[in-house]
Amino acid sequence: MDISKDLIAASSTPLVLAILSEADSYGYAILQRVRELSAGRIEWTDGMLYPVLHRLERHGHIRSRWATAETGRRRKYYSITDTGRAHLADQRRQWQAVDATLKGIWQLLSPDPLKPQET
Amino acid sequence: MHDPAFASALEDQIDQWRAFLRRRQTIHASDINELEDHLREQIDGLAEAGLDREEAFLVAVKRMGSLDALSLEFAREHSDRLWKQLVMAPADPAAPQPGLQTDGLAAVLFAVAAAVAIKLPALFGMDLETHASFYARNIGFLLLPILVAYFAWKRGSQTMPLRWLAAGFVLAAIVANAWPLTPGGSTELLVIAHLPVALWLLVGVAYAGQRWDEVAGRMDFIRFSGELFIYYVLIALGGGVLTAFTVGMFSAIGFDIEPLVATWLLPCGAMGAVVIGAWLVEAKQSVVENMAPVLTRIFTPLFAAMLVLFLVTLLLSGRGIDVEREVLIAFDLLLIVVLGLLLYSVSAREPSTPPGLFDLLQVILIASALLADLVALWAIAARIGDMGLTPNRLAGLGLNLVLLVNLAGSAWLYLKFLRGQGGFARLERWQTDYLPVYAAWAAVVVVLFPPFFEFI
Repeated sequence: MDISKDLIAASSTPLVLAILSEADSYGYAILQRVRELSAGRIEWTDGMLYPVLHRLERHGHIRSRWATAETGRRRKYYSITDTGRAHLADQRRQWQAVDATLKGIWQLLSPDPLKPQET
Repeated sequence: MHDPAFASALEDQIDQWRAFLRRRQTIHASDINELEDHLREQIDGLAEAGLDREEAFLVAVKRMGSLDALSLEFAREHSDRLWKQLVMAPADPAAPQPGLQTDGLAAVLFAVAAAVAIKLPALFGMDLETHASFYARNIGFLLLPILVAYFAWKRGSQTMPLRWLAAGFVLAAIVANAWPLTPGGSTELLVIAHLPVALWLLVGVAYAGQRWDEVAGRMDFIRFSGELFIYYVLIALGGGVLTAFTVGMFSAIGFDIEPLVATWLLPCGAMGAVVIGAWLVEAKQSVVENMAPVLTRIFTPLFAAMLVLFLVTLLLSGRGIDVEREVLIAFDLLLIVVLGLLLYSVSAREPSTPPGLFDLLQVILIASALLADLVALWAIAARIGDMGLTPNRLAGLGLNLVLLVNLAGSAWLYLKFLRGQGGFARLERWQTDYLPVYAAWAAVVVVLFPPFFEFI
């Protein structure tokens, strides 16, 4: 299943912020976590994550620092800031509203017209 | 998996991948470091899952996304990076570039040295106001060795024949100061005007270093000279505004600092600005589009149109040229401008591109300048025949001939190029080979003219 570009772009902010609110992390690990959480259904092109991270940093939602990883390489770690947490809470409310609305209409439309085609 | 040959092949591949990324101006070095860490992590992960390193590298690169898409995405986020900036300090403290900062610091120090140099003679009672002619003769010796020293510091002194350069400066200094020139006389003015040209060649040798023998090395020096000129003018404009404000604001509170400005701020600023300009030209080479070729593109058609119009008017009206004292100088200056336009369009041209409309314009410009100059030369020769030789007339005539030969040669090579009978590189070579001729002529004026005309 391919998720449309727009949806991926829109969901990237809350996803990254939520993952960072669990713990500080870095690009590769964030992507792994996204894969894990979505059970492989959300596939980002790896490089595209970084402009997203830089944008969030510019807005002050996250901050970055370079540190030496256990592999001995220099690595850029990101952590969420207080404004980031506030933004995440706000995003969460918005997504819940969208989710709830869609859930409502899905129930009215049941049975799911897509189900039989899915193999 | 831990085969060292294999590991080094992987390192090569990663280096190559980094090099591709580096070419994208929207992706900075620290971003590349971040992406590289990602790539390596990905490779390790895939290798653990059973892929061999080579496959892992390919898959990791593929997952990273296409470079075009990636740099576009970075450009969206960092649109400021498309406006190339002169980065004084490294933009990202995580990836310091040691070169630029120390280089800037050194440039400031050399600029201070140049500013001090202009005030040194004052220690011996030689003030700028009372000994103007001393300063005019020696300004090159106070300034240019410092510029040479800056290049020597920057490129390493072993890259240039420092002894020869020093000998050249010393010899020139002796000649310029030993001639008993009549103060305010023609030969003195000629020496003052020609000395910097001869000395500038020494700067060129220092600038290009071992590459002085190559066309590309000299061409870089030509580019450098033009860009330095433009930078100097810009700095001078800014300096003028600063000076005006300084004087105005202090006079508002009742201090007259104009004498201070005239004896300290102006001369020291003018000296230091040369070194700072030289540093900026070097530092921003990769940062801003070069200005000289851009201006050339704008003014080549305009000058060509003006000259053609002039020739047509001259022909239709049937008038001769009024041989005034200034006419010779004016035509010399015109040739210098045309030569400059030619030089900078040559320096910016990709030699392998086929001839185009702009090249045709260039030829029209050269040809019309040559014609206009021939008319003027004819008139001047007649005047010299009537009224005898003076240092100014001979110097003007000589310069005119030096420029004329260059432009005639350029026109000839350009025509051959347009007709497909020779590459553009020959024109480049002609221009760069000609550089010592200017200096040689300037040296002749400095060394031989004064005794020949008995120092008048």
